[in-house]
Amino acid sequence: MNIFEKILARASGKREVTPGDIVEANIDMAMIHDLTGPLTLDSFKKIGASKVWDPNRIVIIFDHLIPASTIRAATHQKNLREFAREQGIRSLYDIGQGGVCHQVFHERGYARPGELIVGADSHTCTYGALGAFATGIGSTEMAAVFTTGKMWFKVPKVIKICVRGKLRKYTTPKDLILKIIGDLGEGGAIYKGLEFTGQTFKEMSIDGRLTVCNMVVEAGAKAGIVPPDNKTITYVRARTRGTFKPVLSDEGARYENVLEYDVTGFQPLVACPPTVDNVRPASELQNVSIDQVFIGSCTNGRMEDLRLAASILKGRRINEGVRMIISPASQEIYKECLREGLLRIFTEAGAVVTNATCGPCLGGHMGLLAPGEVCISTSNRNFVGRMGSPQSKVYLANPATAAASGVTGHITDPNELRRR
Amino acid sequence: MTITAKTLKLGNNINTDVIIPGRYLESIDPEELGRHALEGLDPTFPNKAKEGVILVAGKNFGCGSSREQAPIALKSAGVRCIIAESFARIFFRNAINIGLPALECEGISRTTSEGDTLSVDLANGIVANKTTGTVMRATPTPQFILKLIEEGGLIPHVRALVERS
Repeated sequence: MNIFEKILARASGKREVTPGDIVEANIDMAMIHDLTGPLTLDSFKKIGASKVWDPNRIVIIFDHLIPASTIRAATHQKNLREFAREQGIRSLYDIGQGGVCHQVFHERGYARPGELIVGADSHTCTYGALGAFATGIGSTEMAAVFTTGKMWFKVPKVIKICVRGKLRKYTTPKDLILKIIGDLGEGGAIYKGLEFTGQTFKEMSIDGRLTVCNMVVEAGAKAGIVPPDNKTITYVRARTRGTFKPVLSDEGARYENVLEYDVTGFQPLVACPPTVDNVRPASELQNVSIDQVFIGSCTNGRMEDLRLAASILKGRRINEGVRMIISPASQEIYKECLREGLLRIFTEAGAVVTNATCGPCLGGHMGLLAPGEVCISTSNRNFVGRMGSPQSKVYLANPATAAASGVTGHITDPNELRRR
Repeated sequence: MTITAKTLKLGNNINTDVIIPGRYLESIDPEELGRHALEGLDPTFPNKAKEGVILVAGKNFGCGSSREQAPIALKSAGVRCIIAESFARIFFRNAINIGLPALECEGISRTTSEGDTLSVDLANGIVANKTTGTVMRATPTPQFILKLIEEGGLIPHVRALVERS
């Protein structure tokens, strides 16, 4: 069996499962945030259960509209705090304590190799970077999980993606996943699992693996997994009190397809609006002027991303007429930026550094776009109206490309900036 | 269970941001959400759908975020059933969970024109086009999902489990 099958078999108490089987599996961990949580509570109430199945397996993270942007958002957050208190859920990360859920969840040790994790957010697939089977679900589904601790799954077919070659300084794991999504297409991996292997992934940092797995849902995938190795174990051990059992695919495990990539010579890429699979080299988009830059999100708001952006912005000013918003993905990352002097570099370059939030990425708050405006963003979606007005446009890129574009005022391959 | 209604048509890769933009997600009120259904694509949609329609779409319908507000908005606006070439998985589950039937039917967007009257037999997965006379076979819906839809969605289903225990 492959990793996906092994985790689902274990979680459903079966010796073996095959693609297409429908299994009822026990959930190891469940997560909600301030935007999908309120509907979960509403459905939980309608179900009529009095107690959640296990308060120690539920994590609540405030990140979408924080600090509360409206009275309604504030009321939802208040209700979630009360729910956590009533139910004995201790893992609630309020403002100033956590940050973006898909950073906080694993940073605080809730994502463990071999486990089955569901989150009421589509980017829950991020935790596959740590060898977990993690996938997004809706709010009512989550209310059912809160009640029973179980959920049905269709065992997915799996595509194995083997990658070799070295990524260069300004060609990052983001560019690799954009390339893969461009090839698979927006719905090219619907219902499927993606397993990422090869030398490039062995050498890739945990931050980079998180970026890759974060975006598998943009190709429709149910989950993406990087097989756990020593790097994974070291990262997780340092953060969790729980025990865990990493799982690897067997020799001869079944795959629907095997795709091979060599990243040698890869260029920084940009996903052009309005779909994530509309991928082109940054160097071909120099005539696209921008109004706003967003560096952050569950895709690219981590330490490695912010260091990369800072390496571009150090000693430079962002272009007149361009606004730059930088959101470290968590309070921990914010503090590390402070220690390393990154906040100084960002603010001196003319950027606004916000608290750790999803706000701008989903057009929630803290930097919505007006009609006709263009944003280059390190986030994960460039759909019509994603970051504000339906007449605005979003281009997705890696943090170096986003920072370099902020300096020039138009989409810029960071390698070009260095040559100036 | 058979659903008969006129169709409205949409293309491929209709995402949840277009179905219900992020700025409305603090609402969990179906009526309010319904007023903004598909606003990003066609602000007149709620008006067109209010008599009750079957939505016919292309590939990867409902891709993007896990927001359950997306199927809630469509259902509240008047959508009684969605037939697509394929669905994004979270949207599909969300639709079923709130009792909005969703059927996969290859070729449906080719054979159906906007305004055609369709009659959908959910249990047998048969889509009959009353306007053209063509009959198509959808991917059969597994028995336990049919039961979920008949029960009105996941909430009544789990409520019954809780009451029994």
